[in-house]
Amino acid sequence: MYMVTGGLTKFAKAHPAMDFRLMVRRAYDYAVKGIPNLTKDRIDGTRISYFSDHFTRQLKAASMVQDYLGMNPKGSVRIEWGGATGGECFQAGYEAVASGRMDVCLAAGFETMSRVATWKGNEFIALASDTNYDFPLGGFYTGYYALMVVRHIYEYLRRTKFADIPDEREAQRRAIAEGQRIMSKVSVKNHLNALHNPYAQYPKRLTVEDVLRSEMISYPLTREQICTMSDGAAVVILCDEARAREFTDKPIRVTGVGTGTDTMRLADRPFGEVPRMPWEKPSDYADLEYPGVHSFRAGRAAGLEAYRMAGITNPNRQLDFIELHDAYASSEIQTYEDLGLCKYGEGYDFVEHGDPFLKKVDYGFPVPNAGATPVNPSGGLIACGHPVGATGLMQAVFAFWQLQGTIRKHFGDGALQIPNAQRGAIHSHAGTGSAVTVSILERGFRP
Amino acid sequence: MTARPPVFEKFREVQAELERSGAAIFRDPDGVESLVVRSPYSINYIHSYAEDSEFFLGLADGRLRGSKCTAKKCGYVYATPRGHCMECGAPTQWVDLPLKGRLHSWTTCHFGSEAFLQETPYNLCLVEFEGVGSVLLARLKDCTESDLYVGMPVEARFSPTPRYSITDVWFVPASPEA
Repeated sequence: MYMVTGGLTKFAKAHPAMDFRLMVRRAYDYAVKGIPNLTKDRIDGTRISYFSDHFTRQLKAASMVQDYLGMNPKGSVRIEWGGATGGECFQAGYEAVASGRMDVCLAAGFETMSRVATWKGNEFIALASDTNYDFPLGGFYTGYYALMVVRHIYEYLRRTKFADIPDEREAQRRAIAEGQRIMSKVSVKNHLNALHNPYAQYPKRLTVEDVLRSEMISYPLTREQICTMSDGAAVVILCDEARAREFTDKPIRVTGVGTGTDTMRLADRPFGEVPRMPWEKPSDYADLEYPGVHSFRAGRAAGLEAYRMAGITNPNRQLDFIELHDAYASSEIQTYEDLGLCKYGEGYDFVEHGDPFLKKVDYGFPVPNAGATPVNPSGGLIACGHPVGATGLMQAVFAFWQLQGTIRKHFGDGALQIPNAQRGAIHSHAGTGSAVTVSILERGFRP
Repeated sequence: MTARPPVFEKFREVQAELERSGAAIFRDPDGVESLVVRSPYSINYIHSYAEDSEFFLGLADGRLRGSKCTAKKCGYVYATPRGHCMECGAPTQWVDLPLKGRLHSWTTCHFGSEAFLQETPYNLCLVEFEGVGSVLLARLKDCTESDLYVGMPVEARFSPTPRYSITDVWFVPASPEA
């Protein structure tokens, strides 16, 4: 199973001069440019993703993409799975080829979020929480993630670094301040990485203080720790091995796919045992009630499945980079733990030690282990934007270019190229962790 | 002379013009002009609470209704009700929850969906109850951000004029034990 090319539009606050059909067409044109034998007739069918009919106010918008690309009467289906829509679309394309149903499949995704004002957009997104029990309380996803990180900080900072402080309020307040400071480093990382990514919506040079001082959205999450709404499209083309070699001498193999789910309502998450990575011991989590609201069980499940399939037993050594779903700086830290990059509870130290940072970028603070396990070298959702149906496919495109070693060609700047990248992971995540996909991509050629 | 909507080079200004007149032209940095119009949409759904009805009727009665799994070996108790147990699949029965609990987590929202912006800032909390296996999401009132901490005792308050919504219940810091 191979990915042979990908393309995307710049992610932007608004693309008023392109509707969703033209955005996908532009991404598609970029993907097939320079591959003369990858003509439309070689594509057997499509999988097309967008998250919300509320944003399009056009049902069957995927049919209109199919139509505009001239793909009729080939087979197609629309994919939707909340925030993980793009990741699911990638895997749907993979499955279409893996099943033998297609030799070559186009997976395309988009979102047009600029069609309503920001706070109406938040309302549309929050309709992906339980409309009986959750939505009427504020209809606000940032609020849900704030609830999750307050508990994460309680579990992993209050009970460790601040265990000696007798006054409960004081101890928790100091733990939250520490968590905010560390989350801000993630925001700095992703915004600074994006300075070298021309597709990113909000590249900028920030300090930890800038992030902390930005507007409070939902305590303890500030504006710069949260991704923004975007317009954008991304496509990938997947095929079997024989055809991959026809289209490119630098194909990328898809060696693992995993998915996981959890309860729609945050309030229903159980308090059970951790599904352990093979290298973790029961004693690591003897007293931990899991997942509660502090961790994403779906992310752990997706990681376990994808790692098993790809033969990954040491992700920090075997993965050269990870593009993960950092809709919030908090969820990036929670995801390090879900994916076994560190144990549960070690996510904050993982940032402090510098493991997810790039070697070549100056972040303005020490990152001793920089380059160990680069996370979101592209800038992630926080800096690239999050046009939901395109986001998971955007990660696939960036990962593809990393593994081909063609970041400089596509970005016009080689600063983000991970030297000699052999294997990477992409991770797509739906509301409060109700669904997660993980896919593993590997270099499928010899340099 | 043809009436042509005004041209703007900032999308923000296009949005403002739509509020005023309903049409505008956006000119992008390449000089490409796009016509943008206002397109309203509103609807009243006919929404049945169906198997969850008892919960919302309970709020109007000053009761918090949870679910207990009927399987003897399971008996999972849910603070947010559900018709069937997510662990073993057996049907559940209605049980009354305690009206006092503790903060499992909390936040103060300074923004929200458009429909809730006028209520900001507001607090959200997850409440845990003794002997109950899951938590309940609710608003938290009559307190300030600096009062709040995980583990804080809270108690339920109910609206005297029910709207048959989850907002008919909210929590406040628990009054000291007599």
